[in-house]
Amino acid sequence: MKAPGITHARSTSALLYLSGVSVSFDGFRALNNLSLLIEPGEMRAIIGPNGAGKTTMMDVITGKTRPDSGEVVFDGKADLTKLDEANIATLGIGRKFQKPTVFDNHTVRDNLLLALAGMRSWYRLLLATPSKAENDRLEEILSIIRMGPQQHMLGARLSHGQKQWLEIGMLLAQNPKLMLVDEPVAGMTDIETETTAQVLREVNKSHSVVVVEHDMSFVRALGVKVTVLHEGSTLAEGSLDQVSADPRVVEVYLGR
Amino acid sequence: MLRLRPFSVLLSVLASLALAGAALAADLATLVGNLTSGGLSDREAAITALAASGEERAAPILEALAAGQLYVRTSDKVAVIGKADGNKLALTEAVSGKPAGSAVEADLDRVRVNNRLRGTIEAAVGSLTLMSPNSNVRLNAADALFKRRDATALPALDQALAAEKDARVKRAMSEARAAIVLAAADTPPAQKLAAIALLKDRGDRDSLGILNTVASSSDGEVKAAAAAAATSIDQALAAWQMAQNVWYGISLGSVLLLAAIGLAITFGTMGVINMAHGEMVMIGAYTTFVVQEIIRTSAPHLFDVSLVIALPLAFVVSGAIGILIERTIIRFLYGRPLDTLLATWGLSLVLQQAVRSIFGSSNREVGAPSWMSGAFQLGQLNITYGRLWIVVFALIVFASLILLLRKTPLGLYMRAVTQNRPMAAAVGIRTPRVDALTFGLGSGIAGLAGVALSQIDNVSPNLGQGYIIDSFMVVVFGGVGNLFGTLIGALTLGVVNKFLEPYAGAVLGKILVLVFIILFIQRRPRGLFALKGRSVE
Amino acid sequence: MITRFLWQGMSRNLRLFVLLVMAVGILVPLSNLLLPPGSPFRMPSWAVQLVGKYLCYASLALAVDLVWGFCGILTLGHAAFFALGGYCMGMYLMRQIGTRGVYGNPILPDFMVFLNYKELPWFWHGFDSFWFAAPMIVLVPSLLALGLGWFAFRSRVTGVYLSIITQAMTFALLLAFFRNDMGLGGNNGLTDFKDILGYSVQSDTTRAVLCFVSALVLAIFLVISAAVVGSRFGKALTAVRDAESRMRFLGYRVERYKLFVFVLSAAMAGIAGALYVPQVGIINPSEFSPGNSIEAVLWVAVGGRGTLIGPVIGAFVVNFGKTWLTGALPEVWLFALGALFIVVTLLLPKGVVGLWNQFRSRSRERQARAAA
Repeated sequence: MKAPGITHARSTSALLYLSGVSVSFDGFRALNNLSLLIEPGEMRAIIGPNGAGKTTMMDVITGKTRPDSGEVVFDGKADLTKLDEANIATLGIGRKFQKPTVFDNHTVRDNLLLALAGMRSWYRLLLATPSKAENDRLEEILSIIRMGPQQHMLGARLSHGQKQWLEIGMLLAQNPKLMLVDEPVAGMTDIETETTAQVLREVNKSHSVVVVEHDMSFVRALGVKVTVLHEGSTLAEGSLDQVSADPRVVEVYLGR
Repeated sequence: MLRLRPFSVLLSVLASLALAGAALAADLATLVGNLTSGGLSDREAAITALAASGEERAAPILEALAAGQLYVRTSDKVAVIGKADGNKLALTEAVSGKPAGSAVEADLDRVRVNNRLRGTIEAAVGSLTLMSPNSNVRLNAADALFKRRDATALPALDQALAAEKDARVKRAMSEARAAIVLAAADTPPAQKLAAIALLKDRGDRDSLGILNTVASSSDGEVKAAAAAAATSIDQALAAWQMAQNVWYGISLGSVLLLAAIGLAITFGTMGVINMAHGEMVMIGAYTTFVVQEIIRTSAPHLFDVSLVIALPLAFVVSGAIGILIERTIIRFLYGRPLDTLLATWGLSLVLQQAVRSIFGSSNREVGAPSWMSGAFQLGQLNITYGRLWIVVFALIVFASLILLLRKTPLGLYMRAVTQNRPMAAAVGIRTPRVDALTFGLGSGIAGLAGVALSQIDNVSPNLGQGYIIDSFMVVVFGGVGNLFGTLIGALTLGVVNKFLEPYAGAVLGKILVLVFIILFIQRRPRGLFALKGRSVE
Repeated sequence: MITRFLWQGMSRNLRLFVLLVMAVGILVPLSNLLLPPGSPFRMPSWAVQLVGKYLCYASLALAVDLVWGFCGILTLGHAAFFALGGYCMGMYLMRQIGTRGVYGNPILPDFMVFLNYKELPWFWHGFDSFWFAAPMIVLVPSLLALGLGWFAFRSRVTGVYLSIITQAMTFALLLAFFRNDMGLGGNNGLTDFKDILGYSVQSDTTRAVLCFVSALVLAIFLVISAAVVGSRFGKALTAVRDAESRMRFLGYRVERYKLFVFVLSAAMAGIAGALYVPQVGIINPSEFSPGNSIEAVLWVAVGGRGTLIGPVIGAFVVNFGKTWLTGALPEVWLFALGALFIVVTLLLPKGVVGLWNQFRSRSRERQARAAA
């Protein structure tokens, strides 16, 4: 017997495999026969106008929304359409939200501790104290996101930029195989944007990353393969220069 | 001899009826005189003669005679009817029917009857009423005969049947005849079969009883026909019973709809749980009470329109209180639904106690106008006018609300705010004002519900509490933000409740419905007709 | 390890507070038993009973706070768990009456004789023994909470929907317990208790002991609650309260966290109810009325949700006010209670303890500024 949620029907080398995924809300087709392939170790930028289905796609991958049809397979074996958010997260998919959501009533350190990979069982958490390894890892992440001095500050008191960094820190603590990053540079200054691009390239050395972004200069700075979404399906794929030369992409972005 | 008695009575009645024309000429006073004078043997002829006269007074005189209340006053030999009134007898003149003072029994001579005569009288009276010029009296006589199944009345019945013009009465008479025919042992099978067919068409509980008796006491073709007819009536009655339950369910559902619909608006638009909603209903009911009190003391002729006057007043009073609540409490709590729930619960306690302080804690009497009292029969359905009006009223309120939401600017704004509050604010809709008006509207509708509920429930400070949980169940079951969901939810819950009642009893039925909804919400957390999409979160 | 678990959540303030609770639980009964009548420091018997009752309410409030204050689940049905615990205790106490009832039936309680029961309903068996009743006091409310919570949390019924469900649950139980067919005394409930564990429930000594036990139980609940919310589990719990879906995306099985506190809290409420019944001498269906549950929520709100001391203070303050006002100005009480709901939610969302903390931090800032 197969374990639930695990399919052997499709074996693929891809880390993430979406095929023919459709989702509709009250007659509105948010995703329309969408297909996408992310290789292990890859970083991919997803762009597209408002309502193109970027966030819905993230929702489908992380189990928040069930697709009406189509296949979503992770790591060649796990059928994500059958699993819920917590299962998918423990499989190794981390998500950073468009609007930074950190835990307001927890300190920076506790935020990271909650995100830290490993302990998720409720009864063990009743008795557990952070181990030496866990504490070391926390210190390491605190220094990567440069928030050591603020580690005892409550989440609610952080500035917008600090929250963005804390979120990235939480993603690192989660240590997922695949990171989904939704508009990481929204509301950031040019210099912060530049730094974020650097950090993501750094992160990409050990993790696969999917970035959804509006900001073209940021996408250019990432210098990776780009997928253009439009009306819920893939319009074009390739390097940023290739897709921006595509007349259909130009039409979608500049209007007809 | 005994077996022959009814037969001889019949003969005499028949004879008297044949002689009716001649007898009519006789003076009533003479007939009564014949009745009171002479011995027991002469009395039978006198009775039949009186019965045959067709006089209006004949029936009461004969009934009095049978009951031993017919006397002759010793002083003046006038025939009187005496009815016990304390130690004395209150008298009426037998012939004229006028009151004739009172007397003690010693001053009177009772006109004696024996059992044989009583039989004669009974049959005579039955035929008298069957021939009455008033069609309702004839109808009642036929119905009474149907229940009594008195074989002695058969000839009189046949006579009346032949003369009858009114289709309704005629039908009742033939049914009575069928019942009598079936009860008699010596009827030929062919007649019995015809009678069975007639009773099958009548199709009520009484017919079922008769047919069951026939089916168990006869054999052959008759038994089969009676059993088949009984089964078909049984099924028809079960169907009617089901229809009656559906009607009760719809009636309960319309009450739930009235109570819940205002809640559906405030909950759907603002995500606000208004625990004081029931108190808005209660205030509407008390407004009705006050209106009726004023009408009773200063303009009693307006009583029949008291509810019509109360409706707009209740809407305004509850609506105004609603707007006040929104402006002073709820608007500070947006985005904190759980706190709103607690604050409005506190408010409901305050409102209840306020009403209790003003009007007292006992139930207040709210009367029903004449057009809302009484009932009528639709086939085997029993429908009271009060309930019918409430169903109609609930549907009118519902339809008006749908129109308001679809066709007016306020409705447009409300729908916009329900679907996407930030976007509505961004396009320039003044959401705080829409909120206040929505809350006022929801409360006003609760006030209207109160007017209707004052007709079927006790008007007391606790009136609203009884409805609040049911209303929530309706809204949650139907799906938030969808008025048709509320309609379907209310009617479904009403009907389900009434269907469970016969099997489980009222209380257990209600518990089962609650458990059902609790389980249902687990399956569909957002109700029957939920909005889908990202905006919901 | 257990000691460390129990100690980890205890702040200095909380340790002092637990000692205070124990002091009340010891001094109040002792003053009643040891001091001579007429002594100004002697607590009259009715006051001991009242304090015992308040202590049970405080335990209920703490249970409500655990789910509402720390996990964000506004339960409007906790009085049901309280009452179920109370009924289990009531059944034990009924069986202890034995032949001393009006009808003198050794097996059947009076109301059953009156209703023509021929034999004891199946669920009454075993309740003649305290050692059967005691686990039932915990099990019955817990199992109900487990069933309801398992369905509700798994289906992600949250917010006001969950509140309405819990209210519907307690309402359904209210209706059910009113029925004579339920075999639990109908609307009269269970009463006329004689003794508990062989001691008369009417005697001053028993009452003093019950008051002390209520304080002890409250103290234990405080320690357990502190340990739970102070653990890493507690951190996860408050995170669930603040951003439930975020926790899901971090890989937490949110429903299990909720279910655990919900069941723990129901068990606490059940024990509180069981201690309450012998002290007030009656348990009837009105304990299930939705108003009771919401009042318990108010105690928490007044004291300060999300704190451990708050609910205890809230339960004492509100119930003291209730006892005093319903005696002095009965018609004012509902106005006061209603107004309290509104005032607390509008002006004091963090309750008395929150106000105190705010005051403390402000004066500390002022001191810091003065020192600088």
